[in-house]
Amino acid sequence: MDYGFTTAAYVVAAILFILSLGGLSGQESAKRAVWYGIVGMALAIVATLMGPGAGNWFASLIMITIGGAIGYVVAQRVQMTEMPQLVAAMHSLVGLAAVFVGFNADLELTRVLAMEPGARVGLEGFAALLAKKSAVEISILRVEVFLGVFIGAVTFTGSVIAFGKLAGKVNTTAQKLPGGHMLNAAAAAGSVILGVLYFNDAGIWSLIAMTLLAFFIGYHLIMGIGGADMPVVVSMLNSYSGWAAAAIGFSLGNDLLIVVGALVGSSGAILSYIMCKAMNRSFISVILGGFGGTSGPQMEVTGEQIAIDTEGVAAALNDADSIIIIPGYGMAVAQAQQSVSELTRKLRAKGKNVRFAIHPVAGRLPGHMNVLLAEAKVPYDIVLEMDEINDDFPTTDVAIVIGSNDIVNPAAQEDPNSPIAGMPVLECWKAKQVFVSKRGQGTGYSGIENPLFYKDNTRMFYGDAKKSLDALLPLID
Amino acid sequence: MKIGAPKEIFEGENRVAMTPESAVQLIKLGHACVIQAGAGAKAGFSDATYQAAGVEVVPTAAALFDAADVVVKVRGPESDEAKLLKSGQTLISFFWPAQNAELMEQVAAQGATVVAMDMVPRISRAQKMDALSSMANIAGYRAVIEAGNNFGRFFTGQVTAAGKVPPAKVLVVGAGVAGLAAIGTATSLGAIVNAFDVRPEVAEQIESMGANFVFLEFDASELPDGAATGGYAAPSSPAFAAKQLAKFRELAPEMDIVITTALIPGRPAPKLWTADMVAMMKPGSVIIDLAAERGGNCDLTVPDQKVLSENGVTIVGYTDFPSRMAAQASTLYSNNIRHMLADLTPKKDGVIAHNMEDDVIRGATVTHQGAVTFPPPPPKIAAIAAAKPKPKAIELTPVEKRALEVAAFKTQTRNQVGLLVIGGVLLLGLGLVAPASFMQHFIVFVLAVFVGFSVIWNVSHSLHTPLMAITNAISSIIILGALMQIGSGSYLVILLAALSVFMAGINIFGGFLVTRRMLAMFQKS
Repeated sequence: MDYGFTTAAYVVAAILFILSLGGLSGQESAKRAVWYGIVGMALAIVATLMGPGAGNWFASLIMITIGGAIGYVVAQRVQMTEMPQLVAAMHSLVGLAAVFVGFNADLELTRVLAMEPGARVGLEGFAALLAKKSAVEISILRVEVFLGVFIGAVTFTGSVIAFGKLAGKVNTTAQKLPGGHMLNAAAAAGSVILGVLYFNDAGIWSLIAMTLLAFFIGYHLIMGIGGADMPVVVSMLNSYSGWAAAAIGFSLGNDLLIVVGALVGSSGAILSYIMCKAMNRSFISVILGGFGGTSGPQMEVTGEQIAIDTEGVAAALNDADSIIIIPGYGMAVAQAQQSVSELTRKLRAKGKNVRFAIHPVAGRLPGHMNVLLAEAKVPYDIVLEMDEINDDFPTTDVAIVIGSNDIVNPAAQEDPNSPIAGMPVLECWKAKQVFVSKRGQGTGYSGIENPLFYKDNTRMFYGDAKKSLDALLPLID
Repeated sequence: MKIGAPKEIFEGENRVAMTPESAVQLIKLGHACVIQAGAGAKAGFSDATYQAAGVEVVPTAAALFDAADVVVKVRGPESDEAKLLKSGQTLISFFWPAQNAELMEQVAAQGATVVAMDMVPRISRAQKMDALSSMANIAGYRAVIEAGNNFGRFFTGQVTAAGKVPPAKVLVVGAGVAGLAAIGTATSLGAIVNAFDVRPEVAEQIESMGANFVFLEFDASELPDGAATGGYAAPSSPAFAAKQLAKFRELAPEMDIVITTALIPGRPAPKLWTADMVAMMKPGSVIIDLAAERGGNCDLTVPDQKVLSENGVTIVGYTDFPSRMAAQASTLYSNNIRHMLADLTPKKDGVIAHNMEDDVIRGATVTHQGAVTFPPPPPKIAAIAAAKPKPKAIELTPVEKRALEVAAFKTQTRNQVGLLVIGGVLLLGLGLVAPASFMQHFIVFVLAVFVGFSVIWNVSHSLHTPLMAITNAISSIIILGALMQIGSGSYLVILLAALSVFMAGINIFGGFLVTRRMLAMFQKS
């Protein structure tokens, strides 16, 4: 096959990928969109295998088969609550692949440059492409390889740490080595120096040293970010994996890689932006870790937390006409989504208006709650975003908060000195009654006292979310 | 426990503390109910309906006091009744402990527990047993009806073939529960209603009921903070009182109906509507003084009577408005009593647990176990949040608005053009050094970023997790790079490329499949 066919296939694949992302604007069109993505990917791989420069079909197919089998098993077995971990793990693979491909490009370049001009004529594939390059093009290529490897390396260790934190295998609190961000800055500066050396023919050792420094940066950066900021971290790593692919695309001169890398990179960037906006924090402050400083003493919280028993909640639910449920990470931890769904089904069967309010940063992954509720067969048209439902709380009889804390904290609006002041929150306290299902009296991730729990219309429904809800279910008649 | 309601012996009292309906609820709490024969007759509940609800009927008050563990009443006990109370017996009724100290001492000495319905603290949780509010609501409604009865014109303005009728102008002084109920009733009859209260924070409530709030011009520092006293009004400063009276004098000639409801806890009613204001009013106007029992807000009020002033203004000083609507009042009051008993019977097993730690029960209990427990400690929760000073909204003239819009547009344009210029210069600089082959790829890159941004903004928030999974899968497009390198002559390159293909393979299959699995779960109801 000649070069034109491959390029044509790439154009079709790129369009299919764009359609695939665009199709995610609605639940129904998304089911079609995923097929566009699959077809696009299959087309791209087949075209590359048939196109010029590909060799060693046998090894390629075997590797794809083994990898695909593993991917298939993982995708079938993964629990929906484990999605954040899975996504992070998959980012790390893309990052590492980018590092390897970048190294290969450098190795091939060195090999080709070492050859006599006469010997270059017989080269095939990628090496043949390299052989045609001029001196300026080669230095540009080195910049591209360098960037691709750097971003890929940061993505790899960052994702591994993010995976560990999300899976509970690494301490989820923010941790830093002594020196803090100065260490990161020093490592970044070291990378730049190594980069300059590499551009001046210092050889592969500078690339390897830079990779090690980038590994360190990825590790240290993500270690310094705590649990509830994970949605931002995961979407940021998503973005990085895209940029890494784009940089590698430049170095290989492959437009499809560039297009897809740019698509994924901008997608991750937008997700990060949306998450930051939902927490009213700047991207920089999330990456630098920890909550921003306060401008004064926090408002004193007065009153007491009043507990309620299962019968009380059941009676209120039986009387209520409109109910809004606000799920948070605690629901995922307690695996309570099935019970929530069952409760919803029972209440809806009685003709009550039951809806869900989802804060953009609820859970540990953008859109995490939606997926969990969908898994438990909660219809998606009663699961609403913050902006869609916030005005409805005053006309709601009962709001049930399950395992969320900071996203329903009225201090964000009432106390200008609160660390989360100005963050958009779900105004559940405006409902006639609020029940908070919570394990104990502790504070949330941010460590901020939540005045919601002390309000006159709030009752605390203590206990494990799943057990509490299961006890509640038989009482709804 | 046995709950008993005797017949009210106060002259003209028509209400009863237990209705057949509330008795059914009490029986559900595990209690037994007993009533004195004829107790509900004046409120329209016959003995037979009580019996049908499972209530025992006893002939005399003495028999009832003997049988019941808990006596529920409307009015506080007369001294004859109080003598019938036994040690360990509970009385739930209005009591006015501050005014009836002697009676309270006497009952305490007898060992009976008294829960005074007028002492229920004004907190959200206790609203269901706030009998003062439920009775005041009825009084407010009845005040308007009574006024209409004595007023010779329509409330609502009409233009008829026979001529034009101006709407009645009503002034409500004091926007407590009674005042707000009066405002609501009068506005729904079509009158033009003005209302006044010393607590500026109720202005919003007044306006929400459809009345105009009568503002006094004052500095914020001079205003009394009504919210500090548990939601009731406090006595006002002399300067404030003088301004208030001046405002009333200004309003008096225009008003057809004046309903005064101003009460300050534990004090005689303040004199707000003086004789000279009455003299200024038009003949045929009506004044309803809901504070008559405590001396009246109007100078000319005679408690329990309707009098006519020299200039023909009717002044109604009845003190029994709720009793005049006995059926409605009994229903609401008996519900208040029932809620109080529900709180006293937390386990719903018919056993009364008098929990003196509970804010509401503690507040309402004035004698317990032989001791006087009045006055109670202040409740832990404030009734109404203190009014916050409202930030003044700056009204912008159209010219200023236009100027702001133009300025915003200009800064936006400047920013955008600035970014474009900087970006353009950087690109041109890059173009000077970079070879053409790079720039070709670069165009593709920049366009793809733009396409990515515009496409991703439309992605539904609920699909962000599938979005991440699918971008994950397609970012494995890096497999193309590895596939191109795997044919190399160097074994190291082949090894690394093979590993990359392997990892990307996991990602492609894993990513797409998990996305499909997730999307299949999204079901419409």
